[in-house]
Amino acid sequence: MSTYNKNMALTGEPPKSLSIGQKLAVFMGTSGLGILLLAVFNFSFPNKTLWLTISLMALTIGIVWFSWDAYSKKLPGIKNDGVWFKSISSRGLWGWIAGLALTGFYIVLYFYPEYLGLVNDGDNKGVIALFDPLSKLLNGNPASQWFVYGTLYTVAILAFGIKFLWKYRHNRYERLRTLSVMFFQTGFAFIIPELMARLNGHKILNGGSLPYYDLKNIWPLNYYNFEGYRIKMFLSSGEIGFALLIFGILSIFVITPVLTYKYGKRWYCSWVCGCGGLAETAGDSFRQLSDKSTFAWKVERWVVHSVVVFVTLMTTAVIYSYLGTDTSKYWLTKSTFLIGVAVLLTLVFGWAMIFKREQLQKDAKYGAIGYFVIIIALIGFHFFSGDGEVFLFKSGTLRKSYSFLIGSIFSGVIGTGFYPIFGSRVWCRFGCPMAAILGFQQKLFSRFRITTNGGQCISCGNCSTYCEMGIDVRAYAQKGENIVRASCVGCGICSAVCPRGVLKLENGPLEGRIDSNQILLGNDVDLMSLLNKK
Amino acid sequence: MEHIVIIGNGIAGVTAARHIRKLSDKKITLVSAESDYFFSRTALMYVYMGHMKFEHTQPYENHFWKKNRIDLVKGYVTQINTQEKTLEIDGTPNLKYDKLIIATGSKPNKFGWPGQDLDGVQGLYSKQDLELLEKNAPNNKVCKRAVIVGGGLIGIELAEMLRTRDIPVTFLVRETSFWNSVLPSGESEMINEHIREHHIDLRMGASLKEIKPDKNGKVKSIVVEETGEEIDCDLVGLTAGVTPNIDFLKNSGISLGRGVKVNRFLETNIEDIYAIGDCAEQHEAIGNRRPIEAVWYTGRMMGETLAQTICGNRMEYNPGHWFNSAKFLDIEYQTYGWVFSEKRKKENESHFHWRHPKEKICITIAFDKDSKIVLGINTFGIRLRHEIFDSWLSEKKTIDFVMEHLTDANFDPEFYKRFESQIVSKYNSDFGKSITLKKKNLKRIFQIA
Repeated sequence: MSTYNKNMALTGEPPKSLSIGQKLAVFMGTSGLGILLLAVFNFSFPNKTLWLTISLMALTIGIVWFSWDAYSKKLPGIKNDGVWFKSISSRGLWGWIAGLALTGFYIVLYFYPEYLGLVNDGDNKGVIALFDPLSKLLNGNPASQWFVYGTLYTVAILAFGIKFLWKYRHNRYERLRTLSVMFFQTGFAFIIPELMARLNGHKILNGGSLPYYDLKNIWPLNYYNFEGYRIKMFLSSGEIGFALLIFGILSIFVITPVLTYKYGKRWYCSWVCGCGGLAETAGDSFRQLSDKSTFAWKVERWVVHSVVVFVTLMTTAVIYSYLGTDTSKYWLTKSTFLIGVAVLLTLVFGWAMIFKREQLQKDAKYGAIGYFVIIIALIGFHFFSGDGEVFLFKSGTLRKSYSFLIGSIFSGVIGTGFYPIFGSRVWCRFGCPMAAILGFQQKLFSRFRITTNGGQCISCGNCSTYCEMGIDVRAYAQKGENIVRASCVGCGICSAVCPRGVLKLENGPLEGRIDSNQILLGNDVDLMSLLNKK
Repeated sequence: MEHIVIIGNGIAGVTAARHIRKLSDKKITLVSAESDYFFSRTALMYVYMGHMKFEHTQPYENHFWKKNRIDLVKGYVTQINTQEKTLEIDGTPNLKYDKLIIATGSKPNKFGWPGQDLDGVQGLYSKQDLELLEKNAPNNKVCKRAVIVGGGLIGIELAEMLRTRDIPVTFLVRETSFWNSVLPSGESEMINEHIREHHIDLRMGASLKEIKPDKNGKVKSIVVEETGEEIDCDLVGLTAGVTPNIDFLKNSGISLGRGVKVNRFLETNIEDIYAIGDCAEQHEAIGNRRPIEAVWYTGRMMGETLAQTICGNRMEYNPGHWFNSAKFLDIEYQTYGWVFSEKRKKENESHFHWRHPKEKICITIAFDKDSKIVLGINTFGIRLRHEIFDSWLSEKKTIDFVMEHLTDANFDPEFYKRFESQIVSKYNSDFGKSITLKKKNLKRIFQIA
């Protein structure tokens, strides 16, 4: 249906209507935002600490009050009543307004922080100045636009997290998962890095300074982790700095593969990750908007894997650019590094092509071969041309384009700004290179699957509708086939909304995991064996 | 090329079409008057509740049909000429078939109540019924009260739907307790409590006497048979079961009972004409099943079986162990094998029942008094693994075995509270046993040697 709901009214009939309590809660939340907006336009608040507290409290209490009113009167269970009637959650006018507002916010945040009041040499103004007291309290320095963003981000995950906890109070998987993302956001992404900044210059770091480091943010999501300036900071900060650098490397090469093998990529994407955390909490109202078509799936596969290639090239070029050439000074030189990268890629590529061939679709094979040839050829160029640059482009250019296109536009402006239009996981699905790498492993080498329960599926479509990653879960369930998809973040909502108890996220043996036996139980055995024939 | 025409694009007809396409190159035409594309009938309730839009109930994208060369014709079959092998669609004779599959499903029962055809009286089965409901009960101002007649699965779904729009609902159930012709009393009573928790005015032992019109021929009120009470309402939902939708076959020469009479090969009395799904009636009931099975899963299984026959591998409809599921408001229900209510239970059938002290969770296991072999299980608020229970039924496991391995059969989401130890200790105390529960075992669950 191409027409959309133009109705802006906050009233209406149940289940669309808001109670008096909810209207007051909306007013309260909006007034919290209003204070921030006034600050943006340089309204000078006499007592910044007080007004910041009032603003953040109003936002939080507004959200929490609204949710309490929505769920406390209902019995525990799946209550998606009116989701497709409400303007905000069905791409109605409110949805578009929210989308545009968020997008606008991200554009200002990334590209015009001066409008938020950022002053580089001097006292901050505007809304950033409003956050100065909190920033000074935590890390001792005035706020930046990133501190403002980080604070609001954390508030959003906490407040909407409480909403989610109430909404799914009958479901322990959902509750634990949500407590986990709330914890990791508050502790790992927000408080620890701010406190770590206080150590800078301290003798415990040999007088060095650590780069801002959210420990759960792993390369390639954290695409800048191995840039020259960060490496210098790590190495100049004594044993702690060195340990953190090693931790960053182990995260991607050891911790990630082991956990993904055991539990699937959900251990990260829906239990730990900040992007996932926001999508699961603040984005929960928009999960049903993801595109389920096979066309979207195809676009997803090409785009997200291209981002992986891009980030690999970029990071290789950046590391290459600051390495030396003299083996007597340090064992890791430009050449050894490139050979190392080439060997690693060849091993991964060879393993997938030799042992996991049957599990790759035709276009996946072509894509993999194509990209592999490109990367190896580019590395080869270096050895034959030897002009000091790898990959034809300057590493700085690659880095800047990646940070602009992927780091800012894709993950921020489109990924979060478009929540109310494309659903909550656009970035995770189409853009995140970390998700793509974890997904590659999840598909080919993990114990995780969503088991389909025999023949109980009635094809109702709740699972597919509420899949934030746009997986057509029903297509598998109605065939009696297990769901093993690279993109599945294991949020567990398909299993929660299923009215017939058909789906279960679980970890089990690799044997028989992907294809299972495709049984629709209830048939006699002869017929089943005929149906299972392909 | 042989032309297979299927009347009805529900789960039975569509499954047959898909499997015929998998197995052959025959020309396939699906005729439906109800909708352009296949949709999941069981999901209609979610459209009214705003959980989904209608298009979400369609399991295949619209390009699927063309890609798989399944022709779709929208129209109502008015007559079948079995001699000429042609169909009349909306009065015009235009479709020739080589083989015909009747899969026209059901329609809501009407038992000749006075006023049953008034404006504002409806069943809930088809897409058109959903559209009608949107007209009859868009909100609680147009529909100040609804009365639902018939305490089965559709009745409770309709009640749930109307409650999401804050429409007061009176629910007339003829039996002394909800669905107690099917459910054992402990379970039925638990559902009674849950219905009332949802502020639904549940009247048991109450049946419909008549529906009274206002001066415009619209529903004004109903009268309860037993008490004579008159209840004002704007909507009457008739949900006292369904009956095969086969009126258009009268005079076609196809042998009819309540449904289209078929043998175990799903063949009617006329060659090259078959019937599957809700509208098919077996000459003799299969096992404990009813001759007419109006259930999603059996429609699908008949479609799969018939596709084999049509494609040259003549095959009997031979369903395995019975299973079914439903959701009563917030309570999920699953059943495997046969658990009968007290009313229908046979001499040798014994029950073990456990109910959670506080929450709406319970389980009933039926077993043979003498051999102790498990006959079936009902669970409410606990999900079970179909494959495991199916194999236990095939292997004729005893109730002691099932109790010991109960953990393996659990299919609840991870981290859910588990009740096996409470269940087993109740079993031990009821029957003087000393079973100890085995730990969950992945090898047994995934059946790895």
